[in-house]
Amino acid sequence: MREKILYGLGAIAALLLARNIWVMLTGLPDEAFQGAIFRIIFFHVPAAFTCFLCFFVSLIASISYLKTGRMQWDSLAVSATEVGLAFGAANLISGMIWARIIWGIWWTWDWRLTSMLVCWLLYAGYLVLRRAVEEPAQRARLSAVLSILSFTVVPFVFFSIKWFRTQHPQPVLYGEGRMEAGYRAMLYGNWLPLLLIAVILVAVRMQQEKRLRELDALRREAHAF
Amino acid sequence: MQYLRQAWTIAAKDLRSELRTKEALNASLSFALVILLLFSFAFDPTAEMTREISGGLLWLVFAFAGALLLNRSFARELENDCLDVLVTSPVPASALFLGKTLANWVLLLGIEMVCLPVFGVFYNVDWARQPLWLALVLLLATWGITVIGTMFSALTVNLRLRELMLPMLVYPMLIPCLMAAMQLTTALVAGQAPAGDQLAWLRMLVGFDIIFTALSVALVETVLIG
Repeated sequence: MREKILYGLGAIAALLLARNIWVMLTGLPDEAFQGAIFRIIFFHVPAAFTCFLCFFVSLIASISYLKTGRMQWDSLAVSATEVGLAFGAANLISGMIWARIIWGIWWTWDWRLTSMLVCWLLYAGYLVLRRAVEEPAQRARLSAVLSILSFTVVPFVFFSIKWFRTQHPQPVLYGEGRMEAGYRAMLYGNWLPLLLIAVILVAVRMQQEKRLRELDALRREAHAF
Repeated sequence: MQYLRQAWTIAAKDLRSELRTKEALNASLSFALVILLLFSFAFDPTAEMTREISGGLLWLVFAFAGALLLNRSFARELENDCLDVLVTSPVPASALFLGKTLANWVLLLGIEMVCLPVFGVFYNVDWARQPLWLALVLLLATWGITVIGTMFSALTVNLRLRELMLPMLVYPMLIPCLMAAMQLTTALVAGQAPAGDQLAWLRMLVGFDIIFTALSVALVETVLIG
C-alpha cells in the first residue's frame, strides 16, 4: 500500500513537472534583460525552499529525538538532511549555471553564495559525523546536537540578501523586485512537484533506515548467541 | 555562585595540568610558528601586502593552533577514565564545559600573545597601533573559537578519527566569527579605529559569541551525559 502511494505521488510529480516545463518553454515570454536563461529560477528558488524546509524538518526531528529518544525521529532527521543536501546542491549548481551566463563567472564570493556553501558544508559534516559513530543511540544523540547547531546558519543564508549588499539578485517574491504574477505562479507551481519529490525521497530513505535498524538488531542478536 | 566556583575549579585544574605537561601548548605554539613561517612563501611579504592580508593570516594561524589545543581539551580526560569521573561528579555538565572553555580561552590567548610579536618582527608590521580595540577583537573572537571548539571537542571525544572530525566540523561553523575577526583585525593593524561597517562586524562577533555560548551551554549536557 505504502509503495503504491509513493509511486502514485511520483507519477503526479512527474506529470506536474512535464506540464510546468511545457508551459515554461511555450507559454511564458522571455524576461526582458536576461533572455531565456531566466527560466532556471523556477528550479533554483524552489530547490532552495525545499532544501531549507528539509533542514527545518531535520531540526524539529532532532529536537524531538532528544526529547523522546525514539529512533524514528533520528531516521527522519538523517533522511531530511540527505534530501536537503541534494536540493541544496541543485540550488547551488543551477545558480552557478545562471551566473556563468549572466555574470560571466561560475562563482563569486558573495554573501548569499558563500553562506549557502557554508550551510551545505555544515550539513555534509553532519553526514560525515554519523559515519564516525558506531553505536546507534550515541550516533543519534550527537548528530541531533550537530543538526541543531547547524541550523543557526539557515536564517543567515535566507536573509543575507536583505541584510547585506550582495551581487545575488534581490528577493523576487516580495518587495520591490517582485516578479509578474504569471512568473510567480509558475515559481510556486514548480515548487509543488519538487516538494513531492522531496517527500517521496524522505519516505524511501526512512524506510531504508528502518530496515537498517532491523538488520542491525538481528545482527546483534546473532552475535549474542 | 557555587556554579561559577565549580567552573573556575575545572578551569584552574585544566590550566594547571596543561602548564605542567605543556603537551598541547608546545605542539600548538610550534605549529602556529611554522604556519607563520610558511605564509612568507605563499606571497611576497612586502609591508603593503602584509598589511592588507594581516587579518586573514593571523586568524588562520590562530584557528589552526586552536584546533590542536582544543583536540586535547576533552581527549586529555580519556586516560584513566577521568571523563567518566568528571561527568559523574556533582559539577553540572555546563559548568564543566564553561570551565574547559575558559581554560582553552586563556591558553589560546597566550598563544596569540606570542604569535603577534613574532608576526610583527617577521613581516615588519607595526600591529599595535590600536591596542585596545585589537585586544577587544582578540578577546571576543578567541572566545568564539574556544566555545565552538570546546563544544565540538566534547562531541567528538569518543569518536574514531577524532583528530580529523574536529577541524572538519569546527571550521565551517566558525566562518562568521573568523570572517568578522579578519575584517576587523586587518583594519586595526592598518591603524583605523572601527567605524561604519566595522562596527557591524563587531556586533556580529558579539552576537556570535552570545548565540553559541547559550546553545552550547544548553546542549552540552546531552552531548556528555545523554
